[in-house]
Parts: sequence; C-alpha cells; structure tokens
Amino acid sequence: MSPHEDKPRPDGAEKPDEKREKNAEEKKLRDLSRRSFIKGAGIASVAASAGALLADRVLEAAPRPQSGGMAGGVVGPGEVPITLKINGQIRKLNLEPRVMLLDALRNHLDLTGAKKVCDRATCGACTVHLDGRAVYSCTTLAIDAQGHDITTIEGIEPAEGLHPMSQAFWNNDAQQCGFCTPGFVMACAAYVEHEPNPTYEGLQKSLGGNLCRCGTYMGIREAVLEAAKTMKTKGGRA
Amino acid sequence: MADYHWPPANRRALIGKREKRIDGPVKSSGRAKYSYDINRPGMLWGKMATSPYAHAKVTRIDTSAAEAMPGVKGVVTIVPEGQEVLWAGQEIVAIAADSEERAEAAADAIKIDYEPLPYLVTDADPEHAGAEHSKQLEARVTGNPDQGFQQAEVISEGDYGLPVITHCCLETHGQVTEWNGDDLTVWSTTQNVSGMAGEYVDGLKQQGITVAANNVHVISHYMGGGFGSKFAADTWGIACAQLSKKTGRPVKMMLERDHELMVAGARPSMHAHVKVGAKRDGTLVAWDSESWGTGGPGDAGAPRFPYIFEVPNVRARHTAILTNIGPARAWRAPNHPQMALISNGAMEDLAAKLNMDPVDFMSKNMNLVTAPDRAKTYQEEFAKASELMDWKSKWHPRGKSGAGPLKRGLGVSLHTWGGRGNLSNCLVTIHPDGSVETSLGSQDLGTGTRTVIAIVTAETLGLPLEAVKVNIGENKYPPAGASGGSTTVSGVSTSTRRAATEALNSLLAKVAPSLGATPDQLEAWSGKIQVKGNAAKSISWKQACAKMGASSITGTGKTSNDLMSSGVGGVQMSEVEVDTETGIVKIIKHVSVQDCGLVIDVRTAESQVYGAAIMGITYALFEEKIMDQVTGRCLNPNMEFYKLASIADIGEIIPHMMTGPGYDERGTIGLGEPPVISPGAAISNAVANAIGVRVPELPLTPDRVLAALGTLEKGGVA
Repeated sequence: MSPHEDKPRPDGAEKPDEKREKNAEEKKLRDLSRRSFIKGAGIASVAASAGALLADRVLEAAPRPQSGGMAGGVVGPGEVPITLKINGQIRKLNLEPRVMLLDALRNHLDLTGAKKVCDRATCGACTVHLDGRAVYSCTTLAIDAQGHDITTIEGIEPAEGLHPMSQAFWNNDAQQCGFCTPGFVMACAAYVEHEPNPTYEGLQKSLGGNLCRCGTYMGIREAVLEAAKTMKTKGGRA
Repeated sequence: MADYHWPPANRRALIGKREKRIDGPVKSSGRAKYSYDINRPGMLWGKMATSPYAHAKVTRIDTSAAEAMPGVKGVVTIVPEGQEVLWAGQEIVAIAADSEERAEAAADAIKIDYEPLPYLVTDADPEHAGAEHSKQLEARVTGNPDQGFQQAEVISEGDYGLPVITHCCLETHGQVTEWNGDDLTVWSTTQNVSGMAGEYVDGLKQQGITVAANNVHVISHYMGGGFGSKFAADTWGIACAQLSKKTGRPVKMMLERDHELMVAGARPSMHAHVKVGAKRDGTLVAWDSESWGTGGPGDAGAPRFPYIFEVPNVRARHTAILTNIGPARAWRAPNHPQMALISNGAMEDLAAKLNMDPVDFMSKNMNLVTAPDRAKTYQEEFAKASELMDWKSKWHPRGKSGAGPLKRGLGVSLHTWGGRGNLSNCLVTIHPDGSVETSLGSQDLGTGTRTVIAIVTAETLGLPLEAVKVNIGENKYPPAGASGGSTTVSGVSTSTRRAATEALNSLLAKVAPSLGATPDQLEAWSGKIQVKGNAAKSISWKQACAKMGASSITGTGKTSNDLMSSGVGGVQMSEVEVDTETGIVKIIKHVSVQDCGLVIDVRTAESQVYGAAIMGITYALFEEKIMDQVTGRCLNPNMEFYKLASIADIGEIIPHMMTGPGYDERGTIGLGEPPVISPGAAISNAVANAIGVRVPELPLTPDRVLAALGTLEKGGVA
C-alpha cells in the first residue's frame, strides 16, 4: 500500500480507546479541526497540479490523538512531560502541548534534517516517518506523536556511507540548494518501502506532496528508480 | 612553469566531464547545516509584528502586554511611531523570547495603531494609476517607425504580459546573530558572504551601534535558495543583531512563510501592447510597444524592446507603476523573462500571420542579431533544438491541431545574457602531507560552486577530485563577489585556476632539481609531477610535497579576464497539450539548448538547465503573487495557493550544452540566468500554436486558456 494514499486510518471504532471515549467531545473537536485542516490543505495542493487526483497529493494524515499520561485529558498551556521514540531512542522532553513534532525535533533535539518550509502540510520538507509512513511533521503535534515510532533522516543514514535513497539522490544530482532534499529522501524512501517496483508514472503521482524550488525533479525521478533496485537487492533498508 | 590558460580538450581530466557534486552526500543525508538549522546555546527566537496595511502611518505602538508574556526577553522597534509603512507585511517591531512558540505569541500580542493612507497594489490599469504612481522610464525611437509600418506588408498586434511572482526560497530569509564582546557572528542565508559584513556595519550604525567590518563574521556554508533575493542584511538582519545585543544572547530570526512571500522577493510584472510589422517574406521592418509594469515602490528599470532582434524602425515606451506591494528583488535574469515573453510572443504571432514556421521566421531575421557571432550560435542551436524536439515533423501551422479536445502545439523562444565573472580572490594551499585546500569567500547557492572550485583545483594540480578540500561560505576567506547575474562560475574558476597554477609553480621549483629538470619542463598530471612527454621521469604527488619541508605552499589568484568571456545565446522549444474542455495545459516536452563557453562540470551545468526549465514551467503555468486592491494585501502568501510545479507537472526535459570547438575557446561564462529566460515564451507560443489563439497573460491557468478560447469562438484573431 502506498504511504501516500488517503486510506482510512485505524480509528476508534476498530480499536476502542477508553480514555478517548471519556473525552469524546474534546476528541471530536480536536479531530474535526485537525482533519478538516489537513483535508483543506490536501485540496489546496491538488489545485497546484491540475489534473492530479486528490488521493495522489495527500500524505498520510497525522496520527490519531493519544492522551496517554495526560491526566484528565486537558494539558497545558504550560510545559508537560512528553516522551517520544525517535530513531529507536526514547527521548523525554518538557514541551508546551502546542509544540509541533517538527519544532520538537529541530528546536529541542537539534535534529535539523527535517526542514520548516511551508509550515502547513503542503511542501513535504518536514517529512519524517511515523510507524514507517511518511508524515508532515510540521502539522503533527509532538504530543500526538507519543507512542509511535518516529524516524528522521538522521535515523535512516548508516554510520558510514549513505542510505540507498540518499546515495541515489547524489548519483543523479537530485539536489541543488538541498533544502527540500532530506524531506524528499524520506518521502521517496517510504514510497519505495511500500512500492518496491515504482514506475515513472506511479512515482510522479505518489511524490506530488513534496515540492522543490530549484527544479531537481528530473534527478529525483531517476533516483527513485535507481534506489528501488538497490533497496531490493539489499533487502530493504540499508 | 605551468601555464594557467585552460588546457586543451585532450589534456582535461576533469573539466568538461560529468563529476558528481562534492557536497552531495552531506546534503542528501540531511547533515548539511543551513542558517535555519543553527542552534546556539542559550539562543532566543525572534519574531516580528508586521503591518496589515499597504500604506499607513504608525500612530501608536504598545509592547507592554507582549513584554509581560512568559519567556519574552527583548523588543526592538523597527518603524517608530509617526513614521509610515509602505507595504503590507512591512516589519514594525521585533521581539525575542526563549522559545519559538512564545516569540510568535508575543509578536501577536504587540498592539499597533495605524492611520491608513491611500495605496495602490495593482498594475492592471496603468491609465488610472495617476501621476504619483507612474514614472515613464523610456520613450525611444529608432529609425522611422511610421514609415516602417507603411512598408510592412503584414502587421500583427497583440497584448502580452506576466504578473509579479515571488522568489519563494525554501529556506526563508533570516539569520542567527551572536555577539561576543565587540565581535558579531552572523549565520546568514545569503548570496553575498563577502559583502555581508558591510551590510551589518551600515545597518547597525543607523541604529547607533558601531561595529568594525573585520569584527563581523559571516557564515553561510549551505543556503536554501536565493535566486537573486538574498544579497542584503535586510531589516530583519539588523533587528536580529539588535535583539542579540540587547539581550546578550544569540537570536534566531527566520521569516515565516507568509512574510517571506509578502516581502522577501518579487519579480516585477510587465505587460505590453505590441505592434510588429514585416515584409511578406518575413523581413522585420517595424516595432511599436507600449509597456508597463510594477516593481513595487521603486522602478525596476526599462526593458529593451524588441528583444534580440534590432528591428530597424522602433518606437518603445515603458512606464513604471509605483505600487505598495513591497520592493522588487533581482529575480534570475532581471527583466529578461519579461522581454522574452512579450517580444518572442509578438514575433510568434507575426510568424503565424505570415503562415511561416517561427524557426524559419527567426532564422530569416538573424541579420538583426547584432552581437558578434551570436547569430551563428543561434543558428547552431536552432538546428540542435529542432533535432531534439523533432520540430520539423511535429510542427503544424497555428491552430491546425486536429479534431478532438486535446490539442498539441510547439513553441520556440531564444534569449541572451551576459554572465561575465565577478571579482573574486582565491587562495590555494598545498600542505607538506600532500593535502590541498582552496579558499574563497564565495558561496554555493546549489549551483555547484564548490564542485567547480574543486574541479579546477584538481585539474590544475593533476589530482583526483577527492584530494581537494574547498573552503567557502565564510568571510574569513579571501573576498569573492556576490552570486548574482551568473557571475560566480567565472569569478571562482578563473581565480582558482590562477591561484592553483601559482601554487603549483612554487612546488615545481622545489621538485625540479630532484628530477634533473627545470621547472618549465615539468607538469602535474595523474597524481604525479612528471617531465613533459616523459611520464617515466616522475615522482608521486606525495613525494613531491614531502620536498616542501615544514611549511605549506600557497598561491593566490584573482578573476582573470583572459580565461572568461561574456554573452551567451540559448534556444528553447516546448511541446504542450491543451485540454480545450478544461483549459489545462500540460507540458509534454521541453528542449533547452544553451551555450556558456567552457563548461567546467557538465552534470551540474545540466542541473542548472533542468532547474531553470522547471522554474520556467512553474512561472508559465502556476505562479502569481495575487494582490487585492480592496484590502491592499497579498491573497496567496502560502504554498497552497502560491503554486509551485510538482514532480508530475514538468513533462520530459531535454537539456543540451553547446560545447567543443567554437565554444570552449571562449573560456567560462555564467549559466544561472540564461536558461530561465525562455520557458515562459516558448510555452506561451506552444499554447497559441495548439489552440489557435494567444493567451495574453501568464500564468496559463485554465481560466485564462478558456477565456482565450472564448474569443476564438467569437471570431477572435488566430
């Protein structure tokens, strides 16, 4: 399954969550605004690419809200303890609940591979993996990312050498200023994990949720096809 | 002694080949640290309160509530009470707090009262702009235009134009500033590393802070796009340094995306009514244009019409509309994309009226191209582009695109640019252990500057690319020009060539006795110092460097006029498919043929051409900074509605660099600007060819395409 399809997320109906039931009203409000925001952003970005389908342009929506560890379901506005699992490590932080995952990574953990560009789920420069799926960390609250496996570009790169996707970006000069590159690498890596046999046509539809200003798309197309081959022979991630 | 002139093709190991960019791994792994990524101990975040009005007097500023908010550490007033702001988004107060969220909330809590004043933010109606918003920049007459039009047997008249667009750098403008006693360090996202200290000296002086230029340390190892918009310290740079001074702490202040799109970059608009006449055989005889456009509060300079072709009889008038949209900034090839769209659009329309293939029409008028040898370049490029596009078999007369709603068409455009190197200084150091460092106060905007410097150094010293360490992006290195106007590649490659040659000659002098030769009999080649023509008589690079003793050898060089030239030509052809039911334009194929003299690295040069084509497709189809005269504000300061092309929008792009005899001898010439000039014109012309009518204004959005089709159905002129 492509990580970029707007497939239904696991929901409360499938996996009842007692705490969330208790805070049904709050959840509804939060979910509504979050969903409608992301849906709105998705529709807007579709307009940028006339002819593209809605589903092709929307990355996985933010994870379902988690209220683990928050007494009473109301937190903030002051700092609260937040535990994130990032690149396999448990990181404990004290953050205001309004802090986005992207800002938690960049401002509090100095993990600056993910970039802040559009700051509203359009350009994909902030792409990280949440449970293996590409998400926009600029519109994912850090507090909501608790309980998920968060992987940043720092987490996919080996100590020596490069992840096959990063290597393929280099080989195909799929970068100029490089500011969109880490987000693109993360989106492409997740895409190839889910679509081991990408085609030219397929990758164009699935990678429309990341934008580049310098104009490196020609190289990115080639990089994805090349990396798909290397990742297959290496049995997935390096 | 080694000769500093560029080596002939058969003695080039690296120049003109396809090397991978040397900073590729650090960028594609996310390890490259941009200014936006700099986190300093104790650092504060700065945010700004900006004007919601396009023109107003600031009557009252109240920061008391904001300053009382948690975590707020300092405030700086940029526009004091009683002064005017001239565009929406103009910065009034900067505030620093101990977290980004707190700084943002505090900026929102600053209360500012205004007295709104009259403004103009649109250039759609120049006649109603009024005298205070109009400035005639040119009224030029060449030959006798009236007589020229009398001689013309076919005359085409039309409207052409393109709106204000923004640079939309992915890394927004901004910086981190930090004082240490009298020293100021600035991590700036800039195209102007060596010139930035002066910006801070001047800007801070106006705020009563004295700092010596040699105490301002500028760092920009990686920068996330500039495109002509990042030369100055800007209001926010000075305010950030003031906040740092005031709070005694480092401050990071990067623009928010909406602010970036409102104020930090705008390419001036240009619109024109054009009349152009030719003899029946296609010989151009007369041109008349009335053009106007806005570059914000200042004028953006007059265009030179017609573009490329020096038509014998010309009347050209241009008026700048002075508006409250924020200042224009240089945008890749200032004024050229505008001139190309308007002029080459008018030429294509005339060719259609003459029933001529536009390539034949332009070729017919090559005698009007006055730059020496340029016509020859264009003719060779027309031939190459036609071959790559398969122009002859695909081209059809305007509107003859067959039945059915999907119409295909071809368009062509040509362009020129200068691209002479800027003044740069280079220091090459050869160390006793054989390692080599090349240092310049230049910067890599993503164009491949680092890679070019490494290639030239390695080529000159006969070493592999990996043997060279390139130091750029700090003003502690020898001063180098700002990266604007396609001036960098010649600035850095010629100064590096001279510096590396000088260093090599010092080394050859030390090595010569051990090879029983004189220095001028030696050369550096393939990791060895050898006697020319006798590779058997050689020592390895490492052995040679060991003879230096304990001290390193250095060589210095400046930009060298005899290694570079100016003036290039390019031809582009575009194939589009237009859905006449929806108005959607799809790029099928775009061919970009470009000369830039001696190409140092073909791979990154082609990436420039690819990127320019994509940027061109983007402004041809999507980009427009939409200003609302009712509110005075920009309606789309975000990336959902300020649209950039995605990976699915670009079709197939074919770059071709003109190289080899006739091109290489010219030495290096800049490449950043030229290939971005023609896409708008080529695509607009292709759409006209496909649907049988000109869509006057870019971007070629579905509504505009359908409106143009509507005029055709009502009997519009094809």
